Amino acid sequence: MKNKAATRDAYGKTLAELGKINNNIVVLDADLAASTKTGIFAKEFPERFFDMGVAEQDMISTAAGLAACGKIAFASTFAVFGSGRAWEQVRMSLAYTRLNVKVVVTHAGITTGEDGASHQANEDIAIMRVLPNMTVIVPADYIEACKVIKAAVDFHGPMYIRLSRIATPIVYENKDYNYKIGQGIVLKEGKDAVVFACGIMVAIALEAAEALKSEGISTKVVNIHTIKPLDKELIISSAKETGAVVCAEEHSIIGGLGGAVAEVLSENHATPIERVGINDVFGESGKPDELLEKYGLTAGHIISSVKHVISRKK
Amino acid sequence: MISGDKIKEIESLALRIRKHIIEMICAAGSGHPGGSLSAADIITVLYFYKMKHNPKEPNWPDRDRFVMSKGHAAPVLYSALAEAGYFPISYLKTLRSVGSSLQGHIDMLSLPGIEMSTGSLGQGLSAANGMALAGKLDKKNYRVYCMIGDGESQEGQIWEAAMTSGHRKLDNLTAILDNNKYQIDGKVEDIKGIEPIEDKFKAFRWNVIKCSGHDIKSIISAFEEAEKTKNKPTMIIADTIKGKGVSFMEANPKDFHGRAPTKEEKQTAIEALCKLENL
Repeated sequence: MKNKAATRDAYGKTLAELGKINNNIVVLDADLAASTKTGIFAKEFPERFFDMGVAEQDMISTAAGLAACGKIAFASTFAVFGSGRAWEQVRMSLAYTRLNVKVVVTHAGITTGEDGASHQANEDIAIMRVLPNMTVIVPADYIEACKVIKAAVDFHGPMYIRLSRIATPIVYENKDYNYKIGQGIVLKEGKDAVVFACGIMVAIALEAAEALKSEGISTKVVNIHTIKPLDKELIISSAKETGAVVCAEEHSIIGGLGGAVAEVLSENHATPIERVGINDVFGESGKPDELLEKYGLTAGHIISSVKHVISRKK
Repeated sequence: MISGDKIKEIESLALRIRKHIIEMICAAGSGHPGGSLSAADIITVLYFYKMKHNPKEPNWPDRDRFVMSKGHAAPVLYSALAEAGYFPISYLKTLRSVGSSLQGHIDMLSLPGIEMSTGSLGQGLSAANGMALAGKLDKKNYRVYCMIGDGESQEGQIWEAAMTSGHRKLDNLTAILDNNKYQIDGKVEDIKGIEPIEDKFKAFRWNVIKCSGHDIKSIISAFEEAEKTKNKPTMIIADTIKGKGVSFMEANPKDFHGRAPTKEEKQTAIEALCKLENL
């Protein structure tokens, strides 16, 4: 996995491409078009782009109004604002109404880096997935992000799509795989434990699985790109196969992928689980790699969690 | 010029709508009569005189849109929709009951003719902007109407939205401020005053028109002036009385912001409204 690219770049490029073939697409941003990459669409289709200024709440409800008139509205800002600042607008104007608005956020998680804790959304998956009617997606890499944006146009209803600021390793060197919302993807088979990962942690989980292999531990790796609706079948069957589960996400260990997996397994097939994620603390400024290390989101952390969860098997 | 007969017809419809409001809220045992009654004349003008809409084709693409941003005034909108023929009048008594489409606050998915779900204050004006933007984009001639409350104008999002409407010169948008001067906790001016509200909207690049919100002619001429105004959204500041038409509610607007009348109170209110109808 030598190649790297940022999922936000995939968003900007794909959105502009889709804009050419679908006149119904409109895009809103809250003064972050250069960062979220909606600026590419804005340049090509200025009449279908609305910079709402620094007003995320207004942006979300305006997008709802556009969608109520048949538009496919993409609304973008940083994850912390799109999910948090405008949460109640997402709840009331999008989730409750099931309007066709895609909240596509960038700068999710701790790898937002130098901007510090105010800008690092580590809670957004939790507060978005709790909303009825919401679909919540965290693509694993650039290639998958392109597919997710295309799928979002064909999908009717509100979505929350979570993207990253930094360039991260390409997981899907083979671009031709079939992407389906709600369907997890087994990237590596294994029998001793399974790692469910999303977003940038998918590549890191694969790296951990390789290292574990050399120690004689066979680890299954599954990309759970859709946190809601969750691929319960795949999660339960993988837990049954391996008897030990690790969840890895660039998000709080509370309420995100780990929380969702724990909910499903505790009700269907109780299995030892370890959660790799931000341990209920705020982040801080720093380089993304340094922060991943300091806050426990490296292959090393996944490796020790896999070993620990295997030791808990009965 | 509107004929005297037409005005009488609208006035009598507004009275019928007021009676529905009282009856449905009494049947539900809860609801917001004060802010529904203050809006009744304006809503009647919109649905029975001003707006292009078709109850037989609620999703007609060229229809005018109305967003009730003060979503607790649901009963006045439900009553107007029922009178217009979107659903049977007999259905009004199901307000707020389990399984009814007449939710306590407006739900667009459960009823035909509803353009936007509201109830959490401040969001409707933004949604109306979105509809107005879509209308411009699609080169449609429909107009978007949005009613906000005076108490609601304490919400920050109203001003975010007001800035958007002004900045984007949404002259296909007419908003109405139902200026009934009371909110749940008391007088708007005592809780957190919004005055000078006319200057505020002007400063946000709106065309502002003042009207008497219970005078049909005054309401109609405000809407007509709004329609003629180019390059600016129009805010009609409608001077209204909370609980209008029911004297004991008018005398005690704070109490009747969000309380249902008792059966006895309902009787008194209906009798008073019937007397007005026979004037």
